[in-house]
Amino acid sequence: MKELTVATLIAVFEEILGRVTFWALVALAAVITVLFLMTLIRERGLLSRSFLRSQMWFPLGAVAMVWFVMRVTNSRLADIGGPIDWFMLLGLGIWGGVGAVMWAYVIGGAIRRRTV
Amino acid sequence: MTGHHLEIGRRQLLGLAAAGGVAALLPAGGNAAPVRTNARIVILGAGAAGAAMANRLAARLDGASITIVDGRREHWYQPGFTLIAAGLKPAGYSVSTTGQWLPRPVRLIQEYAAAIDPVAQRVTTESGEALDYDYLILATGLSLDWAAIQGFDMNMVGQSGLGAVYAGPQQAEATWRAMDAFTRKGGAALFCRPATEMKCAGAPLKYTFITDDRARSHGTRADSQFVYASNNDALFSVPVVNEKVKLLYRDRGVDVRWNHVLKAVDPAARQAVFDTPEGERSLDYDFINVIPPQRAPAVVREAGLSWADKWVDQGWIEVDQATLRHLRFPNVFGIGDINGVPKGKTAASVKWQVPVVEDHLVAELQGRQGTASYNGYTSCPLITRIGRAMLVEFDYENNLVPSFPGVIAPLEELWVSWLMKEIALKPTYNAMLRGRA
Repeated sequence: MKELTVATLIAVFEEILGRVTFWALVALAAVITVLFLMTLIRERGLLSRSFLRSQMWFPLGAVAMVWFVMRVTNSRLADIGGPIDWFMLLGLGIWGGVGAVMWAYVIGGAIRRRTV
Repeated sequence: MTGHHLEIGRRQLLGLAAAGGVAALLPAGGNAAPVRTNARIVILGAGAAGAAMANRLAARLDGASITIVDGRREHWYQPGFTLIAAGLKPAGYSVSTTGQWLPRPVRLIQEYAAAIDPVAQRVTTESGEALDYDYLILATGLSLDWAAIQGFDMNMVGQSGLGAVYAGPQQAEATWRAMDAFTRKGGAALFCRPATEMKCAGAPLKYTFITDDRARSHGTRADSQFVYASNNDALFSVPVVNEKVKLLYRDRGVDVRWNHVLKAVDPAARQAVFDTPEGERSLDYDFINVIPPQRAPAVVREAGLSWADKWVDQGWIEVDQATLRHLRFPNVFGIGDINGVPKGKTAASVKWQVPVVEDHLVAELQGRQGTASYNGYTSCPLITRIGRAMLVEFDYENNLVPSFPGVIAPLEELWVSWLMKEIALKPTYNAMLRGRA
């Protein structure tokens, strides 16, 4: 590839997911980030016990993300070949896992707030 | 309270979306001020090369008269044909309209060229309209010579085990139906390539791998015979890739026949006839993918622009392999399949050739010399099964020129390379058509 620009990358993701789905997912990622930060601010820091509990969702998020990518790309786990494929898989897993933890923490924060 | 917080989130979101939207509209490279000119530029062909060139020239030039001539209303994303014929995409995946890719100041004439006179600097269209030019860019693509295969009938593609992936999106889909029916039953599969230069020389190899993969998943591979009939004594022109594909074919049990050039098919008897150094040879098949000889379109061959001493039966145009400028008519350039250069009949090559022609043409309009040079770059995401590919990139000298050295190994069957072929290639291609990549 001669040049890889942000514009090309955006075009690639729009193509993969469809324009509406892509921007909806970007919006969702932004929403969860904002909500996560808002929870931190409201609770004046990270509540380590709640955060630990949220981390139990990591594996589920990781598996869901890998499953999703395999599904939209006609791939199977058996297609993983060289080291770069493992890094890709790992990256996707971490991405999904971190997302799930953030969601769990935010939802937990909302529940905590309601029960206080 | 919650409503207020959400409001902030929404505003930030809109800002982010807007920033992304603007980024998507920006050109790929930094552009200088447009060059003022009243040059008349005619581009023959509005495929990948013609559309990309029209967009880049429209952005770089101010006042130029740019005319693009192409009789086909559909634009075909040809790298998608393999995916259609693999049953992974519908025929519509490769189809858009020619007009939608062209910028407004460019005039599109929706008819084919009937004659080119490089001495008088004039192109005449089928309806007789004369287009005088100062610069001519040939981006006609090539002609598939189906008539050269005796017994081949385009209407039969998809039936009786007859495949023709190259013929178009509909035929690629019909080929999938024939291939799917074959892999469910098993039998003899036959693959080949023509003895002429061809676009994407990796495509026949890929399709063999894909059919093999389908047969394996249906459990019919053990009872099937796969034969790849090579036109010469190699599977691929780049020696290191050739050796790798030989190893993979051995591993998959693909039997290779050397120096076999397809001459005729008999769909009723399911038999193919090849010219070989030892005379004619017949091979039986249950499924065949026919790829015919490929040549420059007749209008180009009749214009006296072809090499006189090379590819005489094919008629590729006589251009300098670095500048892509015609050697006898300096105001004529070539891009894509039509060029008489040793490599580069792929969309990836077009992506690298377009900026070279743009540089030399714009430089000349500014009264200076262009400096850009094309090194023969071409790329072939060689699918080795559904879910894996080798991202093979090379130049005129048969050097491997990987885009991601040390990260994506070119001769390794990788999932990441498959992801690139399946999902990243078309958007990159579309960006190229718009002149943005």
